[in-house]
Amino acid sequence: MNMRLFSPLTLWAALVAAWCGPGRAAETIRITEYAAATQKPIPIALVGYSGEVEQVLRFDLYVVGFTVVEEAAAQFTLRGGNGSEVEGRLTDNLSRAVKFARTYRGGSLRSQAHALADDVVEAVTGQKGIARTKIAFKLVTGQTSEIYVADYDGHGALAVTRDGSVVAAPAWVPGQRRLYYVTYKFGNADIVWHDLSTGTRQIFARYAGSNITPAVSPDGRRVAMILSKGGSPDLYVADADGKNLRQLTHTREDESSPTWSPDGRTICVATRMGGRRVLATIPASGGTLKPLPVVGVANPSEPDWSPDGKWIAFTAQMRNFEICVVPAGGGEAKLYTAGEDPTWAPNSRTLMFTRRVNGRRVLSLLDVPTKQIKDAAQLSGNCSQPAWAR
Amino acid sequence: MKRFLLVPGLAVAAALILGGVGCKKTPKSPTPLPARTVKAPGPGAGPGPLTPGATVPSDLGPGAVTRPGDVTSEPLRTEEGFAQGALETFEGMIMDTNTLAFATVYFDFDSSVVKTSEHDKANAVAEHLKLKPDHKLLIDGHCDERGTEEYNRALGERRALALREYLIGRGIGGERIRTRSWGEDRPVDPGHNEEAWAKNRRGEFILLLPPR
Repeated sequence: MNMRLFSPLTLWAALVAAWCGPGRAAETIRITEYAAATQKPIPIALVGYSGEVEQVLRFDLYVVGFTVVEEAAAQFTLRGGNGSEVEGRLTDNLSRAVKFARTYRGGSLRSQAHALADDVVEAVTGQKGIARTKIAFKLVTGQTSEIYVADYDGHGALAVTRDGSVVAAPAWVPGQRRLYYVTYKFGNADIVWHDLSTGTRQIFARYAGSNITPAVSPDGRRVAMILSKGGSPDLYVADADGKNLRQLTHTREDESSPTWSPDGRTICVATRMGGRRVLATIPASGGTLKPLPVVGVANPSEPDWSPDGKWIAFTAQMRNFEICVVPAGGGEAKLYTAGEDPTWAPNSRTLMFTRRVNGRRVLSLLDVPTKQIKDAAQLSGNCSQPAWAR
Repeated sequence: MKRFLLVPGLAVAAALILGGVGCKKTPKSPTPLPARTVKAPGPGAGPGPLTPGATVPSDLGPGAVTRPGDVTSEPLRTEEGFAQGALETFEGMIMDTNTLAFATVYFDFDSSVVKTSEHDKANAVAEHLKLKPDHKLLIDGHCDERGTEEYNRALGERRALALREYLIGRGIGGERIRTRSWGEDRPVDPGHNEEAWAKNRRGEFILLLPPR
């Protein structure tokens, strides 16, 4: 740890502690270094592929913990071709066993390559691949922003809104082609839902003040959100149609960015306690807001609960914005890379996040166990607030 | 880097001094916002049905809706009411962004405390509202880019609400004051430095005039 570099933050903590006076334990915010990778990438050789198909395979495998190497160094070899159809035969180079041999038909070569990548991941790791999943995000051009959806690698992006206004915080209904998001189309920050199959849109929450940051429960039946109609931004939960609105927090702080536990029982939210910014949890049916112990980082926000329930990814604001992961029950936070607003893939190991490059914002992917990072396809404008469909 | 890191700490300290806020202070309960007056298609209240949005084919494939390149190549749309000087309305009242533009209030980093240096401007707003009982007020809260987006959206709302509470303390009825937060979405200075950030951490007062 480089004490010289980090000492101002310690000073910051000391200042806060000093101003809060006696009765409050002086607290030193310790800055950990970036976490080490916990898994080595799986070496795999690609033989016989070219062009877009090879690029897709390389990308798809890299962001779930593979690395493409020469055949002599490879644990697995994927041999095949991409003529009119993508073909693939996966061999375990130790046992010489053929794990599968398949030909892919229909769709584009690109989608065939994604399907092959998913089969490789499942054959090697036993886990379902993510190469055919979707994302939603916010794209800012000039003074306006719109909601977009795309393949998880940023390709095939399509505008969902054309409001010419400001939008924010897209959130998928799990397992459905339906989004909740914020639009300022009617002058205020209101939450709407949007059925992507029919184009139907309906206002979900349009109370006085801000109606922001929707998060849909895992069963799709309830939506958590932040409303300021009571005079302070507080956490509320309503049914998916907006009825049965219930206020969960009654603080004078600004709650933000709720996320649901996969069992739907608990909501984690960013807030402030005793002057410090914290993550906190509260039963989704109402109850006490409790701080989530997060050791080693400061100013957490934007929590996202992993689909397997084990982790909470979030943004810490310290030197820069940092992508962090903490066990869902609290504990030592691990820092992974500079970035903000992480969203988990359905595999609970890959994160998508926003990275600031020379004042621009781009979407990037992080494979947490191997720490392999790759940018999604670049779009003109600023991309942020990714939400992974899961 | 060192100097930059010191700023938040000093800002917090300054906010604590200027705001006269101790860590143990028990805040009075917030003043709820007035309910919306116009009937809405959804919960809450507000005008108008929503125009349908885009449909997306099941494979999200190309062809059906806009591609990102199209968006940047066409002029930005202004009919939704963001054109400079356009006659805009907010819940049936006419928005006047000019009259109280002089009174824009600035905030410290990561703070929603209305600083004593800003009181004169807020007091002038209160005076105006006392003289014009049929005028209402919309307060827009804004942030610099040094927070995460949704944290900033909540912080901007808190800044607007803090100004609202201040005006209520100066005798203005809470039912006349609405709030809105833009987070970091509408900076006045797009720069990435302290000078720009200081200008962007602000609360703007928009007069709401009865329709003629």
